[in-house]
Amino acid sequence: MLAFLLTLMLLLGIVIVLAYAERKVAAFMQDRMGPTEAGPYGSLQSVLDVLKLLQKEDIVPAAADKKLFKLAPILIFAAVFAGFAVIPFTPDLIPAGIGIGVFYLLAIISLDVVGLLMAGWGSNNKYAMLGAMRSVAQIVSYEIPAGLAILSVVMICQSLDFQEISYQQGVLLNRFPGLEFEKNWLFGIEALGINTTNIGGITTWNIFRAPLLLVAFVIYFIASLAESNRAPFDIPEAESELVAGFHVEYSGFRFAILFLAEYSMMVLVSLVAVILFLGSWNTPLPNLTTLKLANWTTGTVGELSGILWGGFWLLSKTFVLLFLQLQIRWTYPRLRVDQLMYLCWKVLTPVALVIVLLAGIWRLLMV
Amino acid sequence: MKKSSVTHKTGFWEVVKSLLSGLRLTWRHFRNADKRRAPVPVMDENYFKQPEGLVTLTYPYEAIPVPENGRYRLHNEIDDCIVCDLCAKICPVNCITIESVKATEEIGMTSDGTKKRLYAPVFDIDMAKCCYCGLCTTVCPTDCLTMTPVYDFAEVDIKNMIYHFTDLTPEQAEEKKQLLAKQQEEMAAAKAAALAARKQQ
Repeated sequence: MLAFLLTLMLLLGIVIVLAYAERKVAAFMQDRMGPTEAGPYGSLQSVLDVLKLLQKEDIVPAAADKKLFKLAPILIFAAVFAGFAVIPFTPDLIPAGIGIGVFYLLAIISLDVVGLLMAGWGSNNKYAMLGAMRSVAQIVSYEIPAGLAILSVVMICQSLDFQEISYQQGVLLNRFPGLEFEKNWLFGIEALGINTTNIGGITTWNIFRAPLLLVAFVIYFIASLAESNRAPFDIPEAESELVAGFHVEYSGFRFAILFLAEYSMMVLVSLVAVILFLGSWNTPLPNLTTLKLANWTTGTVGELSGILWGGFWLLSKTFVLLFLQLQIRWTYPRLRVDQLMYLCWKVLTPVALVIVLLAGIWRLLMV
Repeated sequence: MKKSSVTHKTGFWEVVKSLLSGLRLTWRHFRNADKRRAPVPVMDENYFKQPEGLVTLTYPYEAIPVPENGRYRLHNEIDDCIVCDLCAKICPVNCITIESVKATEEIGMTSDGTKKRLYAPVFDIDMAKCCYCGLCTTVCPTDCLTMTPVYDFAEVDIKNMIYHFTDLTPEQAEEKKQLLAKQQEEMAAAKAAALAARKQQ
């Protein structure tokens, strides 16, 4: 229960910051100023937006399928929020440390699709229906390259446990029960003979441990943009043609929940990308002969320093990825439906399949 | 001769290159977000030479100065006005309403030395009708009617768009009218008396 509340609070905080950052970043990239009035530099703007939404009337269209319409936002948010249960925030802080975290995450996020379809159908609105159908088609399609990219990580790490994958990517490798005698080699190739177990830092991140995971990371990042309905894959929402896609009929609290779910999805996919590819809560600084940078910036596991350093690295890497998501939204134009499907089925999926194959071979080099 | 700008660019690396150049562009704008366009008037030589930074003007707090010969809200300096009615006559949209009352004696001088002989109990300019042609300011003999640089004067009630420039209260105007009527009565009486006196001769 405590983990539930803490995660919810953390998530709300991040989403508020993200919503404000989105408006400011968008404004700066377009040579505008963004919010300036509410609070210093408009920093209270997103808080006020939330307060405004909570005060608004909750309108349910007369012709809507009321049960589905009312339930959909809660289902969507619940599906996304449930994904946070297996996210390790620090070396010893994880809401639910289950052994099949990766599998659970992929499964529970897929529920999102059901909620989207409920919202689109329940609204009894053409735009909402179109938006929901596009959204579902897109999310279901892009789960395949994303899933394959994640699969290649799982093959390299030989684990479905997020916490174990995190431990593997840093100096704390041998502290994880069951990994006491594991070793990290440079680029994961034992034949090179360079032991990086105690060097840590960026040299043990998955994208460094098995450089082909860099390609998997790019694939995953593109697919995750599509899964969270972000530009340039935002055809389900397409402000200019579908008004807002599946949530066009929603107002007040329910809209706030949908909005929250959308931004939570962004945070979640970025967190997963960081955990699987970019070293999770591990520091990027390696230990150099006498400069024990990695040890200094890791802290002691189980103590406050470990929690603070872990949280700091995880969140700062996540925010870098989130910024990239924002920047991409304000840089690239929206793809057409056929281009979207082309990219998914004819480019990303074949490449991801090859990566999975190569990841299997790479794993053989690592042991 | 092949022009690189017209050749159709295809291939993986061309796509990557163009994607990166897009990101560079937005990143450059993001980095320049600490600079701001200065609110300089169009006359300033730097007006067109500020390619970088945010272009937004936080309007009520800052504004681009207007040109000196710009035509915006009218203002009448009633102390200098001789109530000649020229402005009302030339106005193409009849937005100036003037009523005049003759003074019983000379009431003063304008700042350029013209004698004032008329009171103006009504001097109204309906800025909602005004077409900002500026004709009234050109005909004004004492230069009391001028265009000011004020352009932001929207009102909720359209009645407030009528600007009253008279310096007389209604009571004072009534008093002046009665004074004039009394004087004219006296003059008429004097005239009648003089006429009667002449007839008797």
